[in-house]
Amino acid sequence: MQFFGVPFTVFGDDSLQYLNTILGKRAFIVTDKNIIKLGLADLVTTELKKANIECTIFDGVEPDPSIETVVKAAGIAKEFKPDWVIGLGGGSSMDTAKSALVCYAAGIGPLDLAPSEFYNLRATAKLMCIPTTSGTGSEATWAIVLTDVAGQRKVSFGSYETMPDIAILDPRMVMSMPPQITGDTGMDALCHAIDGYVDTWRTQFTDGPGLVAIKLTFENLKKAYDNGKDEDARKAMMCAASMAGTCFGNGMAGLSHSTGHAIGGLFHTPHGRAVGLFLPYTMEYQINGSDETASRYAEIARFCNISRDGDDKKCARALVDAVRKLAKSVGQPLSVKETGIKREDYMKSMPDLMDRSVNELMTSTVTRVPESEDLVKLFTYAYDGKSIDY
Amino acid sequence: MAVFGTLEWVTAFMDAINASKPYEDAAKTWEGDFYFIIEVGGAVKEQGYQYVDLWHGKCRKVDVVTEATKDKYKPEFVLAASIATWRKVAEKKVDPIQAIVTRQLKLTGNMGKVMRAVKAAQELVNCVTQVKTEYPE
Repeated sequence: MQFFGVPFTVFGDDSLQYLNTILGKRAFIVTDKNIIKLGLADLVTTELKKANIECTIFDGVEPDPSIETVVKAAGIAKEFKPDWVIGLGGGSSMDTAKSALVCYAAGIGPLDLAPSEFYNLRATAKLMCIPTTSGTGSEATWAIVLTDVAGQRKVSFGSYETMPDIAILDPRMVMSMPPQITGDTGMDALCHAIDGYVDTWRTQFTDGPGLVAIKLTFENLKKAYDNGKDEDARKAMMCAASMAGTCFGNGMAGLSHSTGHAIGGLFHTPHGRAVGLFLPYTMEYQINGSDETASRYAEIARFCNISRDGDDKKCARALVDAVRKLAKSVGQPLSVKETGIKREDYMKSMPDLMDRSVNELMTSTVTRVPESEDLVKLFTYAYDGKSIDY
Repeated sequence: MAVFGTLEWVTAFMDAINASKPYEDAAKTWEGDFYFIIEVGGAVKEQGYQYVDLWHGKCRKVDVVTEATKDKYKPEFVLAASIATWRKVAEKKVDPIQAIVTRQLKLTGNMGKVMRAVKAAQELVNCVTQVKTEYPE
């Protein structure tokens, strides 16, 4: 038995107007101070007020939100008693909103969520996500990623009840994204789609969104990075990120994420930058040892017109080259060294990097599962920017 | 060959765990005990409880209790499934985490703690595969 879920998705010009048609009494908006400063929260509350929905805002979300932040947000929700919880922002705000809903509606702690339990969260409140990056795809997944600050590690979990009911992709939300964030979050979307297309939890349902998301990203990310006012590119990337979320969210992410999470947890490298950095190395690792995955990468390369000539491995390697070329063109580091992390600190952290990545589910949802030795080599090669040759 | 759900089976499981270096390495910091519950259905006429106490890479104790004596232990984690699902997990036809997410395997207990020990969970399944098992029909 497998599941496939997507939120009701409203996208395109003026899609925020959908808010003035929803039914409800009180909306609890979870966001960060930057979104407030940009005036994006006002766009949301203006529409909600037209639907006679009272709003309150929690703007205390930080990048890589902590469990403590969720507890604070949930505390405010318990006082306000909303019937809508809205995550407005990047993945941090959306994941905080999901987790706050769980705490508020189920009366449990953030980490007590058991995916096999049914909490009937909707009896208390519905969930909506409005992304302001393109992106984490959190608006289209049930996944929640928080940070255990003391343990310096990411904690991933969720349940099908934390899949948003509604996702709104209004391009006004992303037009002011600066180039660096455009590049970082765009690479996150690419990782989701490529990893999701090849992971061992994939299904026929996840293939379509994954392929289209990859093609849209290759065609539009650089355009959006070079010119933030390119509306078509921004809209395409919003769709790409959401579809990539649908792909991996109904399957699983892969090695790019387990390695990227490890480095993000220890060195605070922004998520998209970290996973995007590791993507080509983890792809090379799969190509070298898994004909099945090489064949899937080749399908992507052919679908995206990156390479049609040659056998599967040739086309797969062409895809890796295309990923590196895209990453470089949107200001991404191609090696860990380029991020500024000192070699000594990195090598000293190797046991911790290993511990975090081997204990991520995503390390095992690939066809060539690395043992510790291979992971150490992968982390080391990625430091120096050396292509994987084993 | 031991019948799944019997004391003979869970004892063989304990032996497999304690002989496994990969499990020992992966679970060296794990502290937590389990009930693995076999739900009523098919050939299973009474709910069965297999108690397994895992501590720092080893299995300290196992037991089998019944519905009438289930209060003998208060484990930190409870995993319940039908015999068919247990068999799929044991034969690696379904990933245990995927089975939890799709509610085929019902977990009570701190999911966050389990998700930080994915490698240990995988090695535990590997230990299951080493036990020659007969399933009730």
